[in-house]
Amino acid sequence: MITLILPNLSSDLLAILPEISLALTLVAIVVFDLIFSKSKRFLPFISLVGIVITFAFVVLQFGDPKSAFSVTGNNSFLSLDNFSSFFKILILITTAFIVLFSMSSQEVNSCPDRHGEYYALIFGMVIGMFFMVSANDLILIYLSLELLSLSSYVLAGFVKTSVRNSEASLKYIIYGSASSGIMLFGISILYGITGSTNLHEINSLLHFTAASQLTFVMAVLMIFAGIGFKISIVPFHFWTPDVYEGAPISITAFLSVASKAAGFVILIRFLKITFTQGLDKSGYWQMLPYIDWQLLLIVFSIITMTFGNFAALWQDNLKRMLAYSSIAHAGYLMLGVAVLSDQGLMAVLVYFSVYLFMNLGAFYVVMLIANKIDSEEIDDYKGLGYSLPLLGTALGIFLISLTGLPPTAGFIGKLYLFIALVDANMITVAIIALLNTVVALYYYIRVLKAMFLTKSEKHIVVKLSPLNYTVLFLLIAPVLILGIYFTPLINLAKESIQLLGF
Amino acid sequence: MNNFPILSLLTFLPIVGMGIVLLLPKKQELSIKVTTLIVTAIQIVLSIILLMNFNYAAGGINDASSFQFIEKFRWIEIPGFAWIGKIKIDYFMGVDGLSTPLVLLTAIVTFIATISSWSIDKSVKGYFAMFLLLNTGMMGVFVALDFFLFYIFWELMLLPMYFLIGIWGGPRREYAAIKFFLYTLLGSIFILLVMIGLYFSSMETLADGTRVFTFNLLELMNHANYTQTGILSPLNPNNLRFIAYIALFIGFAIKIPMFPFHTWLPDAHVEAPTAISVILAGVLLKMGTYGILRVSYPIFPELTYQLSWYIALFGMINIIYGALAAMAQKDFKKLIAYSSVSHMGFVMLGMSALNTMGISGAILQMFNHGTITAMLFLIVGVVYDRAHTRDLDSFGGLGKQMPIYTGFVTVAFFAAIGLPGLSGFISEALVFLGGFGNATTRILTVISTLGILLGAAYMLWTLQRVYLGTLNEKWKDLTDLTTREYFMLVPLTIIVIYLGVNPSPMLNLMNASANAMVKFISDAQVIYGSLNAF
Repeated sequence: MITLILPNLSSDLLAILPEISLALTLVAIVVFDLIFSKSKRFLPFISLVGIVITFAFVVLQFGDPKSAFSVTGNNSFLSLDNFSSFFKILILITTAFIVLFSMSSQEVNSCPDRHGEYYALIFGMVIGMFFMVSANDLILIYLSLELLSLSSYVLAGFVKTSVRNSEASLKYIIYGSASSGIMLFGISILYGITGSTNLHEINSLLHFTAASQLTFVMAVLMIFAGIGFKISIVPFHFWTPDVYEGAPISITAFLSVASKAAGFVILIRFLKITFTQGLDKSGYWQMLPYIDWQLLLIVFSIITMTFGNFAALWQDNLKRMLAYSSIAHAGYLMLGVAVLSDQGLMAVLVYFSVYLFMNLGAFYVVMLIANKIDSEEIDDYKGLGYSLPLLGTALGIFLISLTGLPPTAGFIGKLYLFIALVDANMITVAIIALLNTVVALYYYIRVLKAMFLTKSEKHIVVKLSPLNYTVLFLLIAPVLILGIYFTPLINLAKESIQLLGF
Repeated sequence: MNNFPILSLLTFLPIVGMGIVLLLPKKQELSIKVTTLIVTAIQIVLSIILLMNFNYAAGGINDASSFQFIEKFRWIEIPGFAWIGKIKIDYFMGVDGLSTPLVLLTAIVTFIATISSWSIDKSVKGYFAMFLLLNTGMMGVFVALDFFLFYIFWELMLLPMYFLIGIWGGPRREYAAIKFFLYTLLGSIFILLVMIGLYFSSMETLADGTRVFTFNLLELMNHANYTQTGILSPLNPNNLRFIAYIALFIGFAIKIPMFPFHTWLPDAHVEAPTAISVILAGVLLKMGTYGILRVSYPIFPELTYQLSWYIALFGMINIIYGALAAMAQKDFKKLIAYSSVSHMGFVMLGMSALNTMGISGAILQMFNHGTITAMLFLIVGVVYDRAHTRDLDSFGGLGKQMPIYTGFVTVAFFAAIGLPGLSGFISEALVFLGGFGNATTRILTVISTLGILLGAAYMLWTLQRVYLGTLNEKWKDLTDLTTREYFMLVPLTIIVIYLGVNPSPMLNLMNASANAMVKFISDAQVIYGSLNAF
């Protein structure tokens, strides 16, 4: 029986200072929006200040793993370990970029009177993700997931006048509520079997009791499906292309990076905390013999990356293509999880850090161009490399990095993934994943082909503000530098693979 | 002299040049071209300095101490932590008798190609930026001694080449460019996998005594470094060395290009602008054979020894198939492209002989083929610039109309056939001597001599169709060579004739390395035999 006796309430509250600071920022945005409704242009700056302060709190927490809100023993609600801090940092960086994106997004600026709710909802998403990445309890996982989802449903349909936006939002809600219903059902069955919602407690129960197989596996798979929806792996990906294409680009970019990252953290924590009984000396997880996770994950990831890549081949809309490409990347990332080792985990962290910059970068260029030509069709990109050399080159760099060619950062992400695979003797899987890269090259290069290999009569001028230049630079620099000098990134990832409880 | 980072300079000077080119305004086409020309000229000077300071007695191959102009420092270093061992990657460059001729070749060919690029008038800035980036990739591949570094340079070449063919190429350029890209990327995937596999199979002992996984090519060649359980370690009874060797070989063979992976080459050549064809045939194809000699041979010496007959077989197929295919072509450039396939077969045949003559012959053939094919593509370029067609049957009697040009053509054609007195003869003779000297490859060598005959047939037939006979009235306004074309053809002709008469400077350059390679592979038979025993 759970009684809410929290003996260390004050220190627990101190432990969630980042989350509190995010919540305060949200409140500040809402209040500011109410009082100074004429000065909405300050809202992004308030958001950025909130992000910076939160960032400082997160960085202070890094290296000092602890649990918070525990009733007794190890059944805490939150694990504030380096792993969650790492992802909090990634999420904050992404959020900062999204705020910067939004400042020059035509879609967002077309509804100036609703900026208050826009930024407030973004912070709603971030708070949801923050709890997701450190949640240790199925109830909290579910609640934070819903907080993230509800905010993102609204944001996907932010531009009410755009049919595309509304359609995306509606589809997202329908698929999203169905999947979270399934997940909740799974959680309730799991609770029925084990009598606990805490991952650590379930884990220690699984050590001793043989749970009745079928129901247990069903429940776990239902939870897996719910998570799979968030990280859009095949076959839970239906919503992704439609929502990514329909939503404002800034939100699409946010969903494709931050929300996916939070989903992956849940998957990893759920797997590692609930289903392992320890690490062997080379860092491989010793799994409890209930479900063959390795096989399951490998199958899902191969299907996901292959489907994503092949579906992307036929897309004519760049946003939709990037949606399928992000499905494919989810497949690669899941392969890192499927290794079921700390090395694989490190590969996931490296890959995500790199993916953040290149994917945001690609979306940013698409947004800047769409602001002008009001289209994301690849056909409309014909000859753009000549009228917009800077943006064309930038998009080229991001796409090459997404393909995973050196000397860009994308190569380092792939390299560490394949290193983990080869070390685990998963050679066949590595070959399939590498062959997928060749397929991916084909559709990424299609964009470059349209931009540089075909000439077009029309001359398009996009005026870039100093802000645009800065954001572009901030995105390109890591993609190029991390491709050549990646020591700091690997070091950071290495420090961050420790989950609390291991 | 020893502390001067000449190899880094050779490699990264083009990147600096690219920076300058990108900063120059788009309209200043002449200064862009001149910048590129200066960069490539400095590269020639640097490679001559390299040659002058070269120690002819040092073998290289697997021995770090006999590599020259070494630059080595720690690039990536991540201290060990829990189960993750220390990670380190070196920036490691150096040359020996195997790479120096190719560095020289790269410098010469890119310089000539720069002159040939003078006629580019579309997006000049982009062209030369890509050209210089490609240049860095090529130089880097030939001087890198760390597999990771090697791989980065190897991949760096793909993108510029894609754009150079795709933007400045002929009518079917998009198809040719993507075909080139996909084929070579497929090849490099195999290389990447083997690279990672090797990384986990071999450990280098650092100065402080710690053992770390390594990408260092020379350490990977040392059998004493293998771990017990590495998947590519001969100590592991279930090792995958055979599969890895084949995969690596295919990865490099696509670049050569070896039959049946050659189909990208004719397309790429036909569509590429002249200067890029020159680079492609002159330098890029050599990377396949260079990669085999630098990576596959010394890291898998026992398999090289066991599979040498198959390498010779594919060499023979390349020779005969390339020649037959060349004979069937109606397009002048396609004919030269297939002749490249045939001539690269000689390199493979020489390599497979595993004796000094064969290996020297192979390296010399790489150099000679680079210069001769560069000439042949320039020759096609000259006629295409004027007539705007490459249809062999539409010409005839150009010898009367363009006598000086035809003189150069004759030299190049005869060099390609392998006429004594010209450079092609020496290397082909060495290849045949080497191949015949090894009992394994003897029969295949004998069959391969047919290639000479076929080569003479298609070259002479082309000479007859295009340059002899009566002049087609359509072409009576064609002018002879311009000054710029002299600048391209004369230096190559001098090299071709000089090395035909006096090949010893080149042979001395590669002799020690060829010996070292042969010795290393034959010694390895004993060592690896005993490794497999337990």
